[in-house]
Amino acid sequence: MSVRPNARPAGHKPPFWRDRAKRALVFQLLLTAAVAVFLLYIVGNVQDNLSARGITTGFGFLNNTAGFGIVQSLIDYSSQATYGRTFLVGLLNTLLVGGLGVLAATLIGFIVGIARLSPNWLLARMATAYIETFRNIPLLLQIFFWYFAVLRALPSARDSMAFGEVIFLNVRGLYLPEPLFESGFGLIPAAFIVAIGASIALCVWNKRRQEATGKRIPAGWISLVLILGLPLLITVATGVPITWDVPELRGFNFRGGFTVIPEFLALWMALSIYTAAFIAEIVRSGIQAISHGQTEAAQALSLPRNLVLRLVVIPQALRVIIPPLTSQYLNLIKNSSLATAIGYPDLVSVFAGTTLNQTGQAIEVIAMTMAVYLTISLLVSMFMNWFNARVALVER
Amino acid sequence: MKILKWLSVGACALAPAVALGTTLETVQSRDSVRCGVNAAQPGFSSLDDNDTYRGLDTDVCRAIAAAALGDAGKVDFVPLDSVERFTALQSGEVDVLSRTTTWTSSRDTTQGMHFTGVSYYDGQTFMVASDLGVQSAEELDGAAVCTQSGTTSELNLSDYFRINDMRYDAVVFDSPEQSIAGFEAGRCDVLSSDASQLYAQRMQLANPDMAVVLPEIISKEPLGPAVRQGDDQWFNIVKWSLFAMLNAEELGVSSHNIDEHADSDNPDIARLLGQDGNFGEGMGLNDDWAYQIVKQVGNYAEMFDRNVGADSDIKIARGLNALWKDGGIQYAPPIR
Repeated sequence: MSVRPNARPAGHKPPFWRDRAKRALVFQLLLTAAVAVFLLYIVGNVQDNLSARGITTGFGFLNNTAGFGIVQSLIDYSSQATYGRTFLVGLLNTLLVGGLGVLAATLIGFIVGIARLSPNWLLARMATAYIETFRNIPLLLQIFFWYFAVLRALPSARDSMAFGEVIFLNVRGLYLPEPLFESGFGLIPAAFIVAIGASIALCVWNKRRQEATGKRIPAGWISLVLILGLPLLITVATGVPITWDVPELRGFNFRGGFTVIPEFLALWMALSIYTAAFIAEIVRSGIQAISHGQTEAAQALSLPRNLVLRLVVIPQALRVIIPPLTSQYLNLIKNSSLATAIGYPDLVSVFAGTTLNQTGQAIEVIAMTMAVYLTISLLVSMFMNWFNARVALVER
Repeated sequence: MKILKWLSVGACALAPAVALGTTLETVQSRDSVRCGVNAAQPGFSSLDDNDTYRGLDTDVCRAIAAAALGDAGKVDFVPLDSVERFTALQSGEVDVLSRTTTWTSSRDTTQGMHFTGVSYYDGQTFMVASDLGVQSAEELDGAAVCTQSGTTSELNLSDYFRINDMRYDAVVFDSPEQSIAGFEAGRCDVLSSDASQLYAQRMQLANPDMAVVLPEIISKEPLGPAVRQGDDQWFNIVKWSLFAMLNAEELGVSSHNIDEHADSDNPDIARLLGQDGNFGEGMGLNDDWAYQIVKQVGNYAEMFDRNVGADSDIKIARGLNALWKDGGIQYAPPIR
């Protein structure tokens, strides 16, 4: 081994342009400055242009009265509320359809994905047909299909389909009785929380016991009974402190109760069914990525088929499934903005549609809307990355 | 078309701060007027069998092209939905917006645009299914109402139901085609929009007798062309193109008899047709600007009858849109 002669006497530093690290730092500073100047130029230019064209700017409009109605709102809203409130209403409606869409798509996707691998010929072919149909038709058309096809098939308000005289279905939506809570109701959610806590403790204890002794009790079933039974027991014990607001036909439409509007149903169905087709393929590829030897080994231990899946295959498949699953969740949430096509009052329809048009402040409204989608997507991404890190293979 | 909204936001961000010449110069160098119109609203702007836009709003565009370029055919029609129309005008995508747009104070003062006049006096009302047996808008408590996103209708509706202490569910669609589809499918009891639009939409129903338009007019909806702020010359051209058509009707000059007036003794006609004085000069136009409008497009009565009045399918009465001397409120300042 040769030793490189030290050319420079100690203590003498090279000029900074000879130092690779410092040179890189200078270039990065220059680039950052250039980007910052460019952004400042754009912002300044927008402001100059807007004021030159006599267009109002700023976020003051959020405090003005909106003056228009919104058909579905999770919070109190009237046409006398502010534009800021319309933003919240739209945001919550987007989160509602996005959240429920993710749940339903995951459920359907896992079922169909596993069904496609089933040894049952009919089941496997039906799953294939489902995937190939819904994956290959544009989502917007599917939304229109569920909306207009289903709308036209449903009866008018006066000829509603009634289920036990408390639930009604017609072209205006699904009308459900709404629970009204009386005093003493607080005990029921408390019982629910206690039951969940007890179930978790039971499962942990059961797992430790199994690891120690090899014996297990059916903790899943016990938990289910606990979670459903305890609140029910308390409800009966406290004399049922709930009254139901049952919808009834008054004038044109049903009043009272809780309404699920057809726009929501159509959008939710379309998003879930469409995304589930992709998720099913992801699940199938994840399961097939697990070497067949694993399944055979598990079967050799005489585990039944459902336990082979649950204990051996799916935990390993999840490592393959989760990263592409994240993308599908993000797609679903962003696709929910197609709501505007059928008049579901989501963020794009209410805020980037009506509010934008009534105030004319396109830049502020669009910037806020884009920021919301970006934030939601990043949060979902963060959560899924955390979950992925948890299930990832820990190499030793 | 949604892409347009986003694109024009981007365009706003990148366009140089200094305007490039006047709108008239741009129009002349391009040799066409870009005019924002409805995609499909019979009577105001819709495609005929030859894929040409026909209607009252599009004829206003043709009149502007006749005045500015001497040829009523030199118009590029840009179909816009109600949400993207203002952005398209603000960003310069269109030179003039003639799209059944209601003139309001906030649109004039905060959205960087100016309305130049009223081409059609309209008002909002309701259309309901005949079999509901509703006679008056005051019986509509609890109804589901279909309407269009981003319109003054959406706001009037909320005001009307609130002051009459009635409830309603607003079902808001993006375009007139979707709102009429929702109405036909029974999603809503009532369709609410400007009367002229409702009459036209009723004709589009599979069976027009299934719906009736209620008599109440709940708002003032003066519809007219609008231009960007900051170009007074173009503002004048658009404003006076419409006034020239109204003046021509008042003076009895039409596309059929205009050449008989070549040497008119009537000083008003002589001034209108550029035989006495040059009133186009102040707008940077030729002295025959009004002659070209009337010769190629017609006077206001011809435009009205052809598109929405007696000679059309819709057959709306002149009503408020009659000239002031015939009991209406259409009144143009004199050309002199």
